[in-house]
Amino acid sequence: MCLGFPGQIVELEDIMATVDIAGTKREVSIMILPDEVVLGDWVMVHAGMAIAKMDPEEAQKTLQVLQEFADGLDD
Amino acid sequence: MASMIEGFRNAELCSKLVRQILKEATGSYRFMEVCGSHTMAIARFGIKSLLPENIELVSGPGCPVCVTPQCEIDALFEIAEKGAVIVTFGDMMRVPGSKGVSLQKMKSEGADVRIVFSPLDTIKIAAETDKEVVFVGIGFETTAPAVASLALTAKKAGIKNISITPYSKTMPEVLGLLLSDENLKINGFICPGHVTAVTGLSLYEPVVSAGMSAVVTGFEPVDILTSILEMVRQTNNGEFKAVNSYSRVVADEGNAKARSVIDEVYYKKGCWWRGIGYIEDSGLAFRDEYAEYDAFKKFDVSLQGDDEIEGCSCGEVLKGYIKPSSCSLFGTACTPESPVGPCMVSSEGACAALYKYS
Repeated sequence: MCLGFPGQIVELEDIMATVDIAGTKREVSIMILPDEVVLGDWVMVHAGMAIAKMDPEEAQKTLQVLQEFADGLDD
Repeated sequence: MASMIEGFRNAELCSKLVRQILKEATGSYRFMEVCGSHTMAIARFGIKSLLPENIELVSGPGCPVCVTPQCEIDALFEIAEKGAVIVTFGDMMRVPGSKGVSLQKMKSEGADVRIVFSPLDTIKIAAETDKEVVFVGIGFETTAPAVASLALTAKKAGIKNISITPYSKTMPEVLGLLLSDENLKINGFICPGHVTAVTGLSLYEPVVSAGMSAVVTGFEPVDILTSILEMVRQTNNGEFKAVNSYSRVVADEGNAKARSVIDEVYYKKGCWWRGIGYIEDSGLAFRDEYAEYDAFKKFDVSLQGDDEIEGCSCGEVLKGYIKPSSCSLFGTACTPESPVGPCMVSSEGACAALYKYS
Protein backbone atom coordinates (compact mmCIF):
# COMPACT_ATOMS: atom_id res chain seq x y z
CA MET A 1 0.00 0.00 0.00
CA CYS A 2 2.82 2.40 0.86
CA LEU A 3 4.76 1.25 -2.18
CA GLY A 4 6.60 4.05 -3.93
CA PHE A 5 8.03 4.35 -7.38
CA PRO A 6 11.22 6.29 -8.10
CA GLY A 7 10.90 8.42 -11.21
CA GLN A 8 12.67 11.20 -13.07
CA ILE A 9 10.94 14.49 -13.91
CA VAL A 10 10.75 15.01 -17.68
CA GLU A 11 8.17 17.83 -17.78
CA LEU A 12 7.05 20.44 -15.27
CA GLU A 13 4.03 22.70 -15.27
CA ASP A 14 2.81 24.50 -12.15
CA ILE A 15 1.99 21.82 -9.55
CA MET A 16 2.03 18.94 -12.03
CA ALA A 17 5.02 17.02 -13.36
CA THR A 18 5.43 14.29 -15.93
CA VAL A 19 7.64 11.63 -14.39
CA ASP A 20 9.40 8.77 -16.13
CA ILE A 21 8.91 5.71 -13.93
CA ALA A 22 10.89 2.78 -15.36
CA GLY A 23 10.09 3.89 -18.92
CA THR A 24 6.43 4.72 -18.32
CA LYS A 25 5.41 8.37 -18.20
CA ARG A 26 3.00 9.39 -15.45
CA GLU A 27 1.38 12.69 -14.53
CA VAL A 28 2.05 13.33 -10.86
CA SER A 29 1.24 16.18 -8.52
CA ILE A 30 4.09 17.98 -6.76
CA MET A 31 1.75 19.98 -4.50
CA ILE A 32 2.97 18.34 -1.29
CA LEU A 33 6.66 18.26 -2.24
CA PRO A 34 8.62 20.43 0.23
CA ASP A 35 11.59 20.97 -2.10
CA GLU A 36 11.93 22.90 -5.35
CA VAL A 37 12.43 20.56 -8.29
CA VAL A 38 13.75 21.02 -11.83
CA LEU A 39 13.75 18.85 -14.93
CA GLY A 40 15.93 15.78 -14.43
CA ASP A 41 15.35 15.58 -10.66
CA TRP A 42 14.31 12.25 -9.14
CA VAL A 43 11.23 11.96 -6.93
CA MET A 44 9.56 9.16 -4.98
CA VAL A 45 6.00 8.81 -6.29
CA HIS A 46 3.20 7.39 -4.15
CA ALA A 47 -0.52 7.48 -5.05
CA GLY A 48 0.08 9.93 -7.87
CA MET A 49 1.93 12.41 -5.66
CA ALA A 50 5.64 13.09 -5.41
CA ILE A 51 6.19 12.66 -1.64
CA ALA A 52 9.95 13.23 -1.53
CA LYS A 53 12.74 14.50 -3.71
CA MET A 54 15.34 11.76 -4.06
CA ASP A 55 19.00 12.41 -3.52
CA PRO A 56 21.26 10.47 -5.93
CA GLU A 57 24.33 11.59 -4.00
CA GLU A 58 22.89 10.09 -0.80
CA ALA A 59 22.18 6.83 -2.69
CA GLN A 60 25.75 6.76 -3.96
CA LYS A 61 27.14 7.58 -0.53
CA THR A 62 25.10 4.80 1.16
CA LEU A 63 26.27 2.26 -1.41
CA GLN A 64 29.86 3.43 -1.14
CA VAL A 65 29.87 3.10 2.65
CA LEU A 66 28.33 -0.38 2.38
CA GLN A 67 30.78 -1.42 -0.33
CA GLU A 68 33.77 -0.22 1.69
CA PHE A 69 32.41 -2.04 4.71
CA ALA A 70 31.88 -5.22 2.64
CA ASP A 71 35.34 -4.98 1.08
CA GLY A 72 36.86 -4.83 4.55
CA LEU A 73 35.23 -8.11 5.64
CA ASP A 74 37.14 -11.37 5.76
CA ASP A 75 36.03 -13.77 3.05
CA MET B 1 20.58 6.39 -12.37
CA ALA B 2 21.17 2.69 -11.88
CA SER B 3 22.41 3.30 -8.34
CA MET B 4 18.88 4.22 -7.20
CA ILE B 5 17.69 0.64 -7.66
CA GLU B 6 20.24 -1.85 -9.02
CA GLY B 7 22.94 -0.89 -6.53
CA PHE B 8 20.58 -1.92 -3.73
CA ARG B 9 20.00 -5.32 -5.33
CA ASN B 10 23.69 -6.16 -5.68
CA ALA B 11 23.99 -9.91 -5.01
CA GLU B 12 27.61 -9.78 -3.84
CA LEU B 13 26.82 -7.03 -1.35
CA CYS B 14 23.79 -9.00 -0.09
CA SER B 15 25.93 -12.10 0.34
CA LYS B 16 28.55 -10.19 2.36
CA LEU B 17 25.87 -8.59 4.54
CA VAL B 18 24.34 -12.01 5.25
CA ARG B 19 27.74 -13.43 6.22
CA GLN B 20 28.32 -10.52 8.57
CA ILE B 21 24.86 -10.98 10.13
CA LEU B 22 25.63 -14.69 10.69
CA LYS B 23 28.90 -13.73 12.34
CA GLU B 24 27.52 -11.04 14.64
CA ALA B 25 24.15 -12.60 15.54
CA THR B 26 25.29 -14.47 18.62
CA GLY B 27 22.03 -14.11 20.59
CA SER B 28 18.32 -14.41 19.85
CA TYR B 29 16.55 -11.67 17.97
CA ARG B 30 12.98 -10.84 17.07
CA PHE B 31 12.39 -7.96 14.67
CA MET B 32 9.08 -6.66 13.38
CA GLU B 33 8.28 -4.90 10.12
CA VAL B 34 5.27 -2.58 10.24
CA CYS B 35 4.86 -1.90 6.55
CA GLY B 36 3.05 -4.17 4.11
CA SER B 37 5.52 -3.27 1.37
CA HIS B 38 8.36 -4.52 3.61
CA THR B 39 6.37 -7.73 4.26
CA MET B 40 6.16 -8.23 0.50
CA ALA B 41 9.81 -7.34 -0.13
CA ILE B 42 11.01 -9.72 2.62
CA ALA B 43 8.92 -12.54 1.10
CA ARG B 44 9.74 -11.71 -2.52
CA PHE B 45 13.50 -11.57 -2.00
CA GLY B 46 13.51 -14.64 0.26
CA ILE B 47 15.17 -12.71 3.10
CA LYS B 48 13.95 -15.12 5.80
CA SER B 49 15.63 -18.05 4.05
CA LEU B 50 18.96 -16.18 4.22
CA LEU B 51 18.81 -15.60 7.96
CA PRO B 52 19.80 -17.97 10.77
CA GLU B 53 17.14 -19.49 13.01
CA ASN B 54 17.99 -17.17 15.89
CA ILE B 55 16.73 -14.15 13.91
CA GLU B 56 12.97 -14.10 13.66
CA LEU B 57 11.16 -11.61 11.44
CA VAL B 58 7.51 -11.01 12.28
CA SER B 59 4.92 -8.91 10.50
CA GLY B 60 3.03 -6.21 12.38
CA PRO B 61 -0.04 -4.13 11.55
CA GLY B 62 1.45 -2.55 8.43
CA CYS B 63 -1.26 -3.25 5.89
CA PRO B 64 -4.07 -0.63 5.93
CA VAL B 65 -6.51 -2.90 4.09
CA CYS B 66 -5.96 -5.64 6.69
CA VAL B 67 -6.69 -3.41 9.69
CA THR B 68 -9.85 -1.73 8.35
CA PRO B 69 -12.83 -3.12 10.33
CA GLN B 70 -15.36 -5.30 8.53
CA CYS B 71 -18.27 -2.95 9.34
CA GLU B 72 -16.43 -0.07 7.64
CA ILE B 73 -15.72 -2.25 4.60
CA ASP B 74 -19.42 -3.23 4.54
CA ALA B 75 -20.33 0.47 4.60
CA LEU B 76 -18.50 0.87 1.27
CA PHE B 77 -20.73 -1.76 -0.35
CA GLU B 78 -23.79 -0.07 1.16
CA ILE B 79 -22.69 3.15 -0.58
CA ALA B 80 -22.03 1.33 -3.88
CA GLU B 81 -25.49 -0.22 -3.71
CA LYS B 82 -26.95 3.29 -3.51
CA GLY B 83 -25.59 3.90 -7.03
CA ALA B 84 -22.44 5.89 -6.30
CA VAL B 85 -19.41 5.65 -8.57
CA ILE B 86 -16.64 4.03 -6.48
CA VAL B 87 -13.06 5.16 -7.15
CA THR B 88 -10.33 3.08 -5.54
CA PHE B 89 -6.76 1.83 -5.46
CA GLY B 90 -6.55 -1.72 -6.84
CA ASP B 91 -5.82 -3.17 -3.37
CA MET B 92 -9.48 -2.86 -2.37
CA MET B 93 -11.06 -4.71 -5.31
CA ARG B 94 -11.10 -8.21 -3.81
CA VAL B 95 -11.74 -7.34 -0.17
CA PRO B 96 -14.87 -9.28 0.81
CA GLY B 97 -17.78 -7.88 2.76
CA SER B 98 -19.44 -9.90 5.47
CA LYS B 99 -22.09 -11.01 2.95
CA GLY B 100 -19.51 -12.27 0.43
CA VAL B 101 -19.70 -9.27 -1.89
CA SER B 102 -16.59 -7.43 -3.16
CA LEU B 103 -15.99 -4.41 -5.41
CA GLN B 104 -14.74 -6.79 -8.10
CA LYS B 105 -17.97 -8.79 -7.92
CA MET B 106 -20.13 -5.67 -7.88
CA LYS B 107 -18.27 -4.31 -10.92
CA SER B 108 -18.85 -7.56 -12.82
CA GLU B 109 -22.56 -7.16 -12.03
CA GLY B 110 -22.67 -3.64 -13.43
CA ALA B 111 -21.62 -1.30 -10.61
CA ASP B 112 -19.46 1.64 -11.67
CA VAL B 113 -16.11 0.95 -9.97
CA ARG B 114 -12.93 2.65 -11.22
CA ILE B 115 -9.35 1.80 -10.28
CA VAL B 116 -7.04 4.82 -10.21
CA PHE B 117 -3.35 5.62 -9.77
CA SER B 118 -4.03 8.78 -7.77
CA PRO B 119 -6.85 10.09 -5.54
CA LEU B 120 -6.75 13.28 -7.65
CA ASP B 121 -8.00 11.26 -10.66
CA THR B 122 -11.37 11.41 -8.87
CA ILE B 123 -11.69 15.09 -9.82
CA LYS B 124 -11.87 14.27 -13.54
CA ILE B 125 -14.27 11.35 -12.99
CA ALA B 126 -16.60 13.58 -10.93
CA ALA B 127 -16.58 16.26 -13.63
CA GLU B 128 -17.92 13.75 -16.17
CA THR B 129 -20.93 12.54 -14.17
CA ASP B 130 -23.87 13.87 -12.19
CA LYS B 131 -23.67 10.87 -9.86
CA GLU B 132 -22.05 10.90 -6.45
CA VAL B 133 -18.40 9.80 -6.70
CA VAL B 134 -16.81 8.16 -3.66
CA PHE B 135 -13.06 7.72 -3.26
CA VAL B 136 -11.95 4.87 -0.98
CA GLY B 137 -9.64 6.89 1.27
CA ILE B 138 -7.53 4.17 2.83
CA GLY B 139 -3.92 4.30 4.03
CA PHE B 140 -1.41 5.48 6.62
CA GLU B 141 0.59 8.72 6.74
CA THR B 142 2.15 8.00 3.32
CA THR B 143 -1.21 8.02 1.56
CA ALA B 144 -3.17 10.42 3.79
CA PRO B 145 -1.65 13.57 2.20
CA ALA B 146 -2.76 12.39 -1.26
CA VAL B 147 -6.28 11.67 0.00
CA ALA B 148 -6.40 14.99 1.89
CA SER B 149 -5.25 16.73 -1.31
CA LEU B 150 -8.37 15.39 -3.02
CA ALA B 151 -10.64 17.02 -0.40
CA LEU B 152 -8.57 20.21 -0.56
CA THR B 153 -8.71 20.39 -4.38
CA ALA B 154 -12.43 19.52 -4.51
CA LYS B 155 -13.26 22.23 -1.95
CA LYS B 156 -11.21 24.87 -3.78
CA ALA B 157 -12.94 24.00 -7.06
CA GLY B 158 -16.38 23.89 -5.39
CA ILE B 159 -16.99 20.30 -6.51
CA LYS B 160 -19.98 18.89 -4.62
CA ASN B 161 -20.36 15.32 -5.93
CA ILE B 162 -17.17 13.93 -4.35
CA SER B 163 -16.82 12.27 -0.96
CA ILE B 164 -14.22 10.06 0.69
CA THR B 165 -14.47 7.05 3.03
CA PRO B 166 -12.68 8.07 6.26
CA TYR B 167 -10.41 5.00 6.58
CA SER B 168 -7.05 6.77 7.14
CA LYS B 169 -5.02 5.64 10.14
CA THR B 170 -1.80 6.78 11.78
CA MET B 171 1.21 4.86 13.10
CA PRO B 172 2.36 6.43 16.41
CA GLU B 173 -0.57 5.14 18.46
CA VAL B 174 -0.44 1.54 17.17
CA LEU B 175 3.34 1.54 17.67
CA GLY B 176 2.68 2.70 21.24
CA LEU B 177 0.29 -0.20 21.71
CA LEU B 178 2.89 -2.68 20.43
CA LEU B 179 5.54 -1.20 22.74
CA SER B 180 3.31 -1.73 25.77
CA ASP B 181 2.51 -5.34 24.78
CA GLU B 182 4.42 -7.63 27.10
CA ASN B 183 3.67 -10.69 24.97
CA LEU B 184 5.44 -9.35 21.91
CA LYS B 185 9.13 -9.34 22.95
CA ILE B 186 10.51 -7.39 20.00
CA ASN B 187 14.15 -6.23 19.80
CA GLY B 188 13.65 -3.79 16.99
CA PHE B 189 11.49 -2.43 14.22
CA ILE B 190 12.19 -2.34 10.50
CA CYS B 191 10.55 1.07 10.14
CA PRO B 192 8.36 1.99 7.17
CA GLY B 193 10.38 4.04 4.68
CA HIS B 194 7.61 5.98 3.03
CA VAL B 195 5.57 6.63 6.19
CA THR B 196 8.76 8.14 7.63
CA ALA B 197 9.24 10.26 4.49
CA VAL B 198 6.14 12.10 5.78
CA THR B 199 6.39 11.79 9.59
CA GLY B 200 10.14 12.10 10.04
CA LEU B 201 12.37 10.15 12.40
CA SER B 202 10.80 11.55 15.60
CA LEU B 203 8.06 8.92 15.23
CA TYR B 204 10.47 6.37 16.70
CA GLU B 205 11.57 8.20 19.86
CA PRO B 206 9.22 6.04 22.01
CA VAL B 207 10.65 2.86 20.40
CA VAL B 208 14.18 3.86 21.35
CA SER B 209 13.09 4.94 24.86
CA ALA B 210 11.51 1.49 25.29
CA GLY B 211 14.89 -0.16 24.63
CA MET B 212 14.40 -1.28 21.06
CA SER B 213 16.09 -0.36 17.83
CA ALA B 214 14.36 1.50 15.01
CA VAL B 215 15.88 1.45 11.55
CA VAL B 216 14.16 3.26 8.70
CA THR B 217 14.94 1.52 5.48
CA GLY B 218 14.01 1.05 1.85
CA PHE B 219 12.51 -1.89 0.02
CA GLU B 220 15.46 -3.52 -1.76
CA PRO B 221 17.35 -6.53 -0.36
CA VAL B 222 20.48 -4.50 0.50
CA ASP B 223 18.25 -2.05 2.42
CA ILE B 224 16.55 -4.77 4.45
CA LEU B 225 19.73 -6.72 5.23
CA THR B 226 21.50 -3.52 6.27
CA SER B 227 18.66 -2.73 8.69
CA ILE B 228 18.85 -6.24 10.18
CA LEU B 229 22.61 -5.97 10.73
CA GLU B 230 22.14 -2.57 12.38
CA MET B 231 19.43 -3.94 14.70
CA VAL B 232 21.58 -6.98 15.62
CA ARG B 233 24.41 -4.60 16.53
CA GLN B 234 22.19 -2.29 18.58
CA THR B 235 20.68 -5.27 20.42
CA ASN B 236 24.15 -6.71 21.13
CA ASN B 237 25.43 -3.38 22.46
CA GLY B 238 22.26 -2.49 24.35
CA GLU B 239 22.51 1.01 22.88
CA PHE B 240 19.42 1.91 20.94
CA LYS B 241 18.84 4.73 18.49
CA ALA B 242 16.72 5.58 15.49
CA VAL B 243 18.74 5.24 12.30
CA ASN B 244 17.82 6.50 8.85
CA SER B 245 19.23 3.98 6.37
CA TYR B 246 16.99 5.36 3.61
CA SER B 247 18.50 8.84 3.35
CA ARG B 248 18.22 8.78 -0.44
CA VAL B 249 14.46 9.29 0.05
CA VAL B 250 13.76 10.12 3.71
CA ALA B 251 14.71 13.43 5.28
CA ASP B 252 15.15 13.09 9.05
CA GLU B 253 12.57 15.82 9.59
CA GLY B 254 10.06 14.21 7.18
CA ASN B 255 7.78 16.22 4.90
CA ALA B 256 6.23 19.17 6.79
CA LYS B 257 4.23 20.26 3.75
CA ALA B 258 2.53 16.85 3.51
CA ARG B 259 1.80 16.91 7.25
CA SER B 260 0.25 20.39 6.95
CA VAL B 261 -2.09 19.13 4.20
CA ILE B 262 -3.20 16.28 6.52
CA ASP B 263 -3.73 18.78 9.37
CA GLU B 264 -5.72 21.13 7.16
CA VAL B 265 -8.27 18.46 6.27
CA TYR B 266 -8.24 16.00 9.18
CA TYR B 267 -8.05 15.86 12.95
CA LYS B 268 -6.90 12.91 15.04
CA LYS B 269 -9.67 10.71 16.38
CA GLY B 270 -9.89 7.29 18.01
CA CYS B 271 -10.77 4.41 15.70
CA TRP B 272 -11.04 0.63 15.47
CA TRP B 273 -8.28 -1.57 14.05
CA ARG B 274 -9.41 -4.95 12.83
CA GLY B 275 -8.01 -7.73 14.99
CA ILE B 276 -6.45 -5.24 17.38
CA GLY B 277 -9.25 -3.12 18.83
CA TYR B 278 -9.98 0.52 19.54
CA ILE B 279 -6.96 2.84 19.71
CA GLU B 280 -7.31 6.45 20.88
CA ASP B 281 -6.26 9.15 18.37
CA SER B 282 -5.14 6.57 15.79
CA GLY B 283 -7.48 7.64 12.99
CA LEU B 284 -8.02 10.70 10.83
CA ALA B 285 -11.50 12.25 10.75
CA PHE B 286 -12.64 15.17 8.60
CA ARG B 287 -12.60 18.61 10.21
CA ASP B 288 -15.93 20.49 10.22
CA GLU B 289 -14.82 22.58 7.22
CA TYR B 290 -14.43 19.35 5.23
CA ALA B 291 -17.32 17.38 6.75
CA GLU B 292 -19.21 17.47 3.43
CA TYR B 293 -16.49 15.18 2.01
CA ASP B 294 -17.08 12.44 4.60
CA ALA B 295 -18.79 9.65 2.62
CA PHE B 296 -20.08 7.94 5.77
CA LYS B 297 -21.95 11.13 6.76
CA LYS B 298 -23.10 11.90 3.24
CA PHE B 299 -24.58 8.43 2.76
CA ASP B 300 -25.66 8.02 6.39
CA VAL B 301 -24.22 4.48 6.60
CA SER B 302 -25.03 2.17 9.47
CA LEU B 303 -21.54 0.90 10.57
CA GLN B 304 -22.97 -2.17 12.24
CA GLY B 305 -21.85 -5.76 12.35
CA ASP B 306 -19.56 -8.22 14.01
CA ASP B 307 -15.87 -8.26 13.14
CA GLU B 308 -15.27 -11.84 14.17
CA ILE B 309 -14.76 -14.44 11.47
CA GLU B 310 -14.97 -17.96 12.85
CA GLY B 311 -11.60 -19.73 12.94
CA CYS B 312 -9.71 -16.74 11.52
CA SER B 313 -6.53 -15.79 13.40
CA CYS B 314 -5.79 -12.50 11.59
CA GLY B 315 -5.91 -10.65 14.92
CA GLU B 316 -3.04 -12.74 16.31
CA VAL B 317 -1.14 -12.45 13.00
CA LEU B 318 -1.51 -8.64 12.94
CA LYS B 319 -0.07 -8.36 16.44
CA GLY B 320 2.86 -10.66 15.61
CA TYR B 321 1.71 -13.31 18.12
CA ILE B 322 1.61 -16.12 15.57
CA LYS B 323 2.94 -16.79 12.10
CA PRO B 324 0.34 -17.07 9.30
CA SER B 325 1.15 -20.76 8.87
CA SER B 326 0.01 -21.39 12.47
CA CYS B 327 -3.58 -20.49 11.56
CA SER B 328 -5.67 -23.61 10.96
CA LEU B 329 -7.30 -22.01 7.89
CA PHE B 330 -4.03 -20.99 6.19
CA GLY B 331 -3.61 -22.51 2.74
CA THR B 332 -6.67 -24.74 3.12
CA ALA B 333 -9.94 -22.87 3.75
CA CYS B 334 -8.16 -19.53 3.32
CA THR B 335 -6.20 -18.85 0.11
CA PRO B 336 -5.68 -15.75 -2.07
CA GLU B 337 -8.31 -17.12 -4.49
CA SER B 338 -10.80 -17.63 -1.69
CA PRO B 339 -9.70 -15.47 1.26
CA VAL B 340 -11.38 -15.70 4.64
CA GLY B 341 -9.47 -13.07 6.57
CA PRO B 342 -8.08 -9.66 5.60
CA CYS B 343 -4.40 -10.73 5.85
CA MET B 344 -5.01 -13.07 2.91
CA VAL B 345 -7.13 -10.60 0.94
CA SER B 346 -4.61 -7.84 0.57
CA SER B 347 -1.56 -8.73 -1.50
CA GLU B 348 0.47 -7.02 1.23
CA GLY B 349 -1.07 -9.03 4.05
CA ALA B 350 1.30 -11.30 5.96
CA CYS B 351 -0.73 -14.40 4.97
CA ALA B 352 -0.90 -13.54 1.25
CA ALA B 353 2.84 -12.77 1.16
CA LEU B 354 3.73 -16.09 2.81
CA TYR B 355 1.30 -18.04 0.60
CA LYS B 356 2.61 -16.51 -2.61
CA TYR B 357 6.32 -16.94 -1.93
CA SER B 358 6.51 -20.14 0.14
